[in-house]
Amino acid sequence: MVLVLAIGDLHIPNRAPDLPAKFKSMLVPGKIQHIICTGNLCIKEVHDYLKSLCPSLHITRGEYDEDSRYPETKTITIGQFKLGLCHGHQVVPWGDLDSLAMLQRQLDVDILVSGHTHQFKAYKHEAGVVINPGSATSAYSSITYDVNPSFVLMDIDGLRVVVYVYELIDGEVKVDKIDFKKTSTPAI
Amino acid sequence: MMISDAMEDEEKWLAEGIAGIQHNAFYMHRALDANNLREALKYSAQLLSELRTSRLSPHKYYELYMRAFDELRKLEMFFKEEERHGCSVMDLYELVQHAGNILPRLYLLCTVGSVYIKSKEAPTKDVLKDLVEMCRGVQHPIRGLFLRSYLAQISRDKLPDIGSEYEGDGDTVMDAVEFVLQNFSEMNKLWVRMELQGPARVRDKMEKERNELRDLVGKNLHVLSQIEGIDLDLYKETVLPRILEQVVNCKDELAQYYLMDCLIQVFPDEYHLQTLETLLGACPQLQPTVDIKTVLSQLMERLSSYAASSPEVLPEFLQVEAFAKLSTAIGKVIETQGDMPIVGAITLYVSLLTFTLRVHPDRLDYVDQVLGSCVKKLSNRPKLEDSRATKQVVALLSAPLEKYSDIVTSLTLSNYPRVMDHLDSGTNKIMAMVIIQSIMTNQACVSSADKVEVLFELIKGLIKDLEGDSEDELDEEDFNEEQNYVARVIHVLYNDDPEEMLKIICTVRKHIMTGGPKRLPFTVPPLVFSALKLIRRLQNQDGDEDPATPKKIFQLLNQTIEALSYVPAPELALRLYLQCAEAANDCDLEPVAYEFFTQAFVLYEEEIADSKAQVTAIHLIIGTLQRTNVFGVENRDTLTHKATGYSAKLLKKPDHCRAVYACSHLFWVDDQDGIKDGERVLLCLKRALRIANAAQQMANVARGSSGPVTLFVEILNKYLYYFEKGNTQITSAAIQGLIELIKTEMQSDTATPDRISDAFFACTLRYIQFQKQKGGAMGEKFDTIKV
Repeated sequence: MVLVLAIGDLHIPNRAPDLPAKFKSMLVPGKIQHIICTGNLCIKEVHDYLKSLCPSLHITRGEYDEDSRYPETKTITIGQFKLGLCHGHQVVPWGDLDSLAMLQRQLDVDILVSGHTHQFKAYKHEAGVVINPGSATSAYSSITYDVNPSFVLMDIDGLRVVVYVYELIDGEVKVDKIDFKKTSTPAI
Repeated sequence: MMISDAMEDEEKWLAEGIAGIQHNAFYMHRALDANNLREALKYSAQLLSELRTSRLSPHKYYELYMRAFDELRKLEMFFKEEERHGCSVMDLYELVQHAGNILPRLYLLCTVGSVYIKSKEAPTKDVLKDLVEMCRGVQHPIRGLFLRSYLAQISRDKLPDIGSEYEGDGDTVMDAVEFVLQNFSEMNKLWVRMELQGPARVRDKMEKERNELRDLVGKNLHVLSQIEGIDLDLYKETVLPRILEQVVNCKDELAQYYLMDCLIQVFPDEYHLQTLETLLGACPQLQPTVDIKTVLSQLMERLSSYAASSPEVLPEFLQVEAFAKLSTAIGKVIETQGDMPIVGAITLYVSLLTFTLRVHPDRLDYVDQVLGSCVKKLSNRPKLEDSRATKQVVALLSAPLEKYSDIVTSLTLSNYPRVMDHLDSGTNKIMAMVIIQSIMTNQACVSSADKVEVLFELIKGLIKDLEGDSEDELDEEDFNEEQNYVARVIHVLYNDDPEEMLKIICTVRKHIMTGGPKRLPFTVPPLVFSALKLIRRLQNQDGDEDPATPKKIFQLLNQTIEALSYVPAPELALRLYLQCAEAANDCDLEPVAYEFFTQAFVLYEEEIADSKAQVTAIHLIIGTLQRTNVFGVENRDTLTHKATGYSAKLLKKPDHCRAVYACSHLFWVDDQDGIKDGERVLLCLKRALRIANAAQQMANVARGSSGPVTLFVEILNKYLYYFEKGNTQITSAAIQGLIELIKTEMQSDTATPDRISDAFFACTLRYIQFQKQKGGAMGEKFDTIKV
């Protein structure tokens, strides 16, 4: 059982002052094995904070990130799953699932995590899953109106991944979950 | 060398003294056993003579004293029995006065006196009075203090207090009070007589010795506090004035400090509250070197706790005007102690403020008054340099923030900014950050433009360069931290009412514009997004006559983002212009949206030269433009033409290729009214293909082997995308051709094997398979494609 936190588009301090207090109290160090971050933190302080939660931190570059050295895309293998990470402003049209599926094929990953639209999505197709953890601070987005703060926690266990989405609605944290099972990859 | 010699000597003398006591005690006991009173008295007097020594320090003398004390207890028991045997206590009282030396005589007298009082053969008050006066015979400080301490000890349980068996017709509480007060006064006089003179080493030793003795004196106050018969009136009329008289008149710094402290500790807070004026009146009369501020702080601390623990006494505080009295007293102390360093004065104000916040938190006028007094003290002085004083000012300013979780309350204190003005610029900035931190921690919100104005006045050290700022370069990390704080705080300035919100935005804008090029990249973005949020709120509302309209706000935004050109920060400005363009699109304001795109494009053409930055910028432009639907045909064409033009000019072939096929989406928007120009789409894809081909050939020539087929696979995926969406210009034959092309390239001699592009191609083929297997219309479509 490997816990992976998928989080991003915090836009601190340009669009939001801080993570919601309820999220902060839930995210404690030592409980998560990996953090994958879609980008747009934007400042070093947020990077350090995430690093304090878990040393295995993977970040891709968002267009407002202070640190320009983050990569455009990243692939990580966790257990039986290959995960791909990309902020998403590079994939036009923004938020278009078919275009994101193309990126998924390009990176050859089972799970693609990307952001930019600030709207939580978990979309399954024959070749895998596309996840958007939304914005952890419900930062303003030109693309999506009325977002709630959200992040995703993935529990990877063998060939199965359970995706938990945490959303802050009217001051309460609501959790939903989606199950995905992977069929073993056919050989190339 | 000399000191350890002296210590060794002292040990020797103490040992000798103890031996002497033990020796005489042995004989005394023998006499007592034989009922020989005379002999017993003789040996007891000799025993007590050991206490006549002047060679011991108080610490050692105490040990000797305790030995004697123990022996006297046994003697006292004998005296009691003796009385039963017939020798009257009056006679005994007479008898012991024949002892040769005065010190043994008086110890014996006190001992008998104890028995005398117990016998009730004489009025208690007479015996007590006699004893306390007789003790005057010993004027040596250490010997006298211990003697009187002995008197205090043995008389303790025999005071004519209310309810005690010793209370009678002639014996009242007043007598008990008189006795203790007199003993106290005499002890204090003895104590003060231990003068601190001579070379430093001697003085230090003496001071240490004096401190060792202080509890003997203080004990009397403790005894007084235990006398039940002393009520508030008696305390007010007699006890307190007499104590203070002694404290003031002794003119001794050590005694005054200790006794004031003792006084405050032992008597109840209720009494202090009711005698506040008298108590405080003594303070300016004390020696100027007394650390009166600690005493006053202690007093205020006690009173605050008193108020906190019993809220029902709060009206009393108001009734006795505690705040006014304390405030005046502190003012007087600061005035009379002219050379008190500034840190002392400020510490006093901190204590008073703490008191005020705990006892009268609702009286903002009091709080402001304290700050005002501090301002007065700091006026006409250069900026503070003493770091301890600065720390105290920060403590002073932090106290209201901690008490009032709602920042707005602190913002109403008119003297608050004036105090801040007296801080040096470094501390001023630190304080500004403390203020912001307090706002963030308490999740406070500032909701009126007036209060925002006050807030920005307070944090002006962060907002702009002030005169007096050091010329040295501020550490970059520190500077960034500061500005990020300012950025954060902008988000908590909010009001539901759009008109007020616009006022807030204008106020913030006014201030941040004074920040200069270094600060604008931090402060402009949060303001822009705050404004965009407001626009979104107004979007669905009607009413163009409202002072707050999207159009007006867009104008403001335009001017604000323009300021970034002075930094210069073209990449940031481009992003912000595009955000505004999209927002204008959503508001159906075509000319405004066009203007923003123009601004973004101009920046791209003139300011963004870095290849990597260009690629990102192009994708942002394409992404934004793809989503806009407000433009008429002409405007859209112009903008699209520009965007595709930029794509064509990208330096690196792969970047060029990708931008071109991204542009294809400008001609195909998936919603029902969207443009769906299949031909232009195909044109883009074909152009991309040509570029990919050229890239391959270049690689062949320049490096000897062709590059990976990734670009071809990407383009193939785009073909598939439009094929699925129903673009009739994309034929399955074209797709088939592309697949064959890729396979050929991969197998050619000059091919560079690349795992990633291989996997990509394999995934793509797998995808086609999935689509074929879907059945229905989709399956039919894909049926013609062979993998």
